[in-house]
Amino acid sequence: MPKLTINGMEIEVERGTSILQAAEQLGIEIPRFCYHDKLSVPANCRMCLVQVEGGPPKPAASCAMACGDGMVVHTESEMVKKARKGVMEMLLINHPLDCPICDQGGECDLQDQAVAYGFDRSRFAENKRAVPDKELGPLIKTVMTRCINCTRCVRFAEEIAGTPVLGQFHRGEDAEIGTFIDQLVDTELSGNLIDVCPVGALTSKPYAFGARSWELKKTESVDVHDAVGSNIRIDSRGREVMRILPRLHEDVNEEWISDRTRFAYDGLGRARLDRPYIRNADTGKLQEASWEEALAFIAVNLEGIKGENIAALAGDLCDLESMVALKDLMDRLGSPHMDCRTDGGIFDTSVRRGYTFGSGIAGIDKADAILLVGTNPRLEATMVNARIRRAWLERGVPISLIGEAVDLTYPYYHAGTTPGDLVKLAKDHAKQVKAERPMMIVGAGVFAREDGEAVHHALYEAAESLGCIKDGWNGFNVLHNAASRVGALDIGFVPGKGGKDFRDIIAGTKDGSIKALYLLGADEFSAKAATGWQTFVIYQGHHGDRGAYRADVILPGSAYTEKDGIYVNTEGRPQFGKQAVTPPGQAREDWKIVRALSESLGKKLSYDTLLQLRERIKTDWPHLLDIDVVRASPWKAFGHKGKISDEPFVSPVTEYYKTNSICRASKTMADCTESFSKEKMLEAAE
Amino acid sequence: MTLDSYARAFFFTEIVKGFLLTLKYMFLMPRVTINYPYEKGPISPRFRGEHALRRYPNGEERCIACKLCEAICPAQAITIEAEPREDGSRRTTRYDIDMTKCIYCGLCQEACPVDAIVEGPNFEFATETREELYYNKEKLLANGDRWEAQIAANLLADAPYR
Repeated sequence: MPKLTINGMEIEVERGTSILQAAEQLGIEIPRFCYHDKLSVPANCRMCLVQVEGGPPKPAASCAMACGDGMVVHTESEMVKKARKGVMEMLLINHPLDCPICDQGGECDLQDQAVAYGFDRSRFAENKRAVPDKELGPLIKTVMTRCINCTRCVRFAEEIAGTPVLGQFHRGEDAEIGTFIDQLVDTELSGNLIDVCPVGALTSKPYAFGARSWELKKTESVDVHDAVGSNIRIDSRGREVMRILPRLHEDVNEEWISDRTRFAYDGLGRARLDRPYIRNADTGKLQEASWEEALAFIAVNLEGIKGENIAALAGDLCDLESMVALKDLMDRLGSPHMDCRTDGGIFDTSVRRGYTFGSGIAGIDKADAILLVGTNPRLEATMVNARIRRAWLERGVPISLIGEAVDLTYPYYHAGTTPGDLVKLAKDHAKQVKAERPMMIVGAGVFAREDGEAVHHALYEAAESLGCIKDGWNGFNVLHNAASRVGALDIGFVPGKGGKDFRDIIAGTKDGSIKALYLLGADEFSAKAATGWQTFVIYQGHHGDRGAYRADVILPGSAYTEKDGIYVNTEGRPQFGKQAVTPPGQAREDWKIVRALSESLGKKLSYDTLLQLRERIKTDWPHLLDIDVVRASPWKAFGHKGKISDEPFVSPVTEYYKTNSICRASKTMADCTESFSKEKMLEAAE
Repeated sequence: MTLDSYARAFFFTEIVKGFLLTLKYMFLMPRVTINYPYEKGPISPRFRGEHALRRYPNGEERCIACKLCEAICPAQAITIEAEPREDGSRRTTRYDIDMTKCIYCGLCQEACPVDAIVEGPNFEFATETREELYYNKEKLLANGDRWEAQIAANLLADAPYR
């Protein structure tokens, strides 16, 4: 382990650590543009120059020079300052002076470092160069004249996103970044290019000119567009969400987020339910109502309906608190009919290890063989896919897939498409897997079939025989695609004793055994087509989407940016979502609506504040209030042996930009669907 | 009390002195009172009066919605909203100044990188209602058009000292 001295401070570091990283450990900040700790090191901006005593008499790029034993490094000497000033002057030669109209202004690395190392006037009297802008799709705006050729975007697209469409061409002053052939950056991670760009060359198109970084209120929250629970920062101004940025969480999303997470926010301002509605019995149309009228209307319509004829479904975006409140209400009404698996999934919910991502998302970094079953992680959980890609890229981890053969940005062995192929694979390789930490990642879509429980059991057996479960290694992972799912399963928002599951509830609305149906943000199935016409449907949610079309009464709730709530991600990691803006109009926080309804039904729930509700959660499910902690749970047999049909596995996510009610209301997402599908059609035509 | 002070009191010297001063200003010194509003005193080119948004000679508005004036305004009197204009350029959709909040410190015009927002020479904009003092972009641009000649002259006069 080399020991070196930086600015008179001694430090011992791991072999291979760069001087820049060592300095960072000491709390010394070295300016940089091209270096990014998640990307490879090209050392081309030269901003991180430092003086190394005893070496050649010139400054060294600290990002690329490994620490050597006995090195003496200076980061603030006169030589270093002069070198950095020179580099800064070079970078500014061709950088336009358009900070006032640049969206990066106020949060720009170049701007900040120019304050420290810049000269207040230019010695460059010649014309500045101009670079034509590139068309990178509906998400990224380019002003290539501002580019300082750090190549962070090129490396991100190639290494993390796995879509090597960007590159640098020409040399010297003519060097520019662009796509090789005119092509959009078709990746679900493209928004991160905006974050890695240290200047304003790549900025967000939907956010263009909308706000300045300093006038935004920053709220740290979590994302609900998939079950990863990416940590996000919601930037809002007044009552509007202006943008969404990633927040560092090494075990979940690192510092990236997917495009849906980042860009679907404009859907929060469209097609919102901002007041209660009641369906007029005479005209059959929804008409505006007050909260008192709506709650009284429900009380009147539920009168005389027995508990066993009432059912409740929870959708993909619900917070934990509202589901607990609704479950408590259903218990008081005496109904066992509730389900959260509105994708039609059937599986054994009694064993927690059977439906969570057991190894943790960070566990992918330890796995040495990965089997994907019935999932397209690229669309279902982009951040998980980025980790799998890194496992392949950095460690050459072999990856196999049973399911639809799709482009996952890395090569894999396609071992079949049906459950039969899985059983065969498990049998062929039983007890012969050489990998020490093999991992199975099962998409939640594999359970969305009649024989889901049998598939679940087959997966259990496969995990056992492939050696995914060992001492100190949990390699059985279920990858959900709904933010609410694991929380709902943990609290038992599933059919109680004698209760009906999603399919039976839907069937029950047609045969008359379900007379009233409560939809808590359940927009994932077409309620209008599926639900019987006689059933009284209560819809509580935030968007006028599929559920609201069919509703007889609409109770306007809040979206994830508008309420405090707990979300449990696919690992079983509870995280706090925080309120950034207020709900529109008369919309209220969801648990409060359920609480108010319970009172008008005469079944008053016992909590009046969110804290009391959380105390109630704590008594029954203490692990759900261990924020950001994944509790280990025992491995037991799950599922039921049964006949499995030979239908192939399908991924539940086909249209990435349209997966939930927020995305469907978003114009940006619609633009993405249009331009990327057009691109695909053009490619296919070629 | 001395004899001297008795004498002064007896002969009203102070009053005579005072009347003499008055008479001097009445007949001998130049007049200083002006007949406002028909006459006005001189003002400095740096005078910070009513705000105006300027245009370029080709009629294009100068303001590029950088929001520096909004950020620096100590009274938080300025409100700006922006979006891309049809031609893709950065422009404000809303530029409001609450003149009742404004303290006429002039920081907005110091912050402006394109000399768009300026405090012009006009100081006579009293109104009968408060609402009239909530200026919007239209009003500010109209002010700019009205005072452009003088504003430009003032900026030119002040330029050597900047």
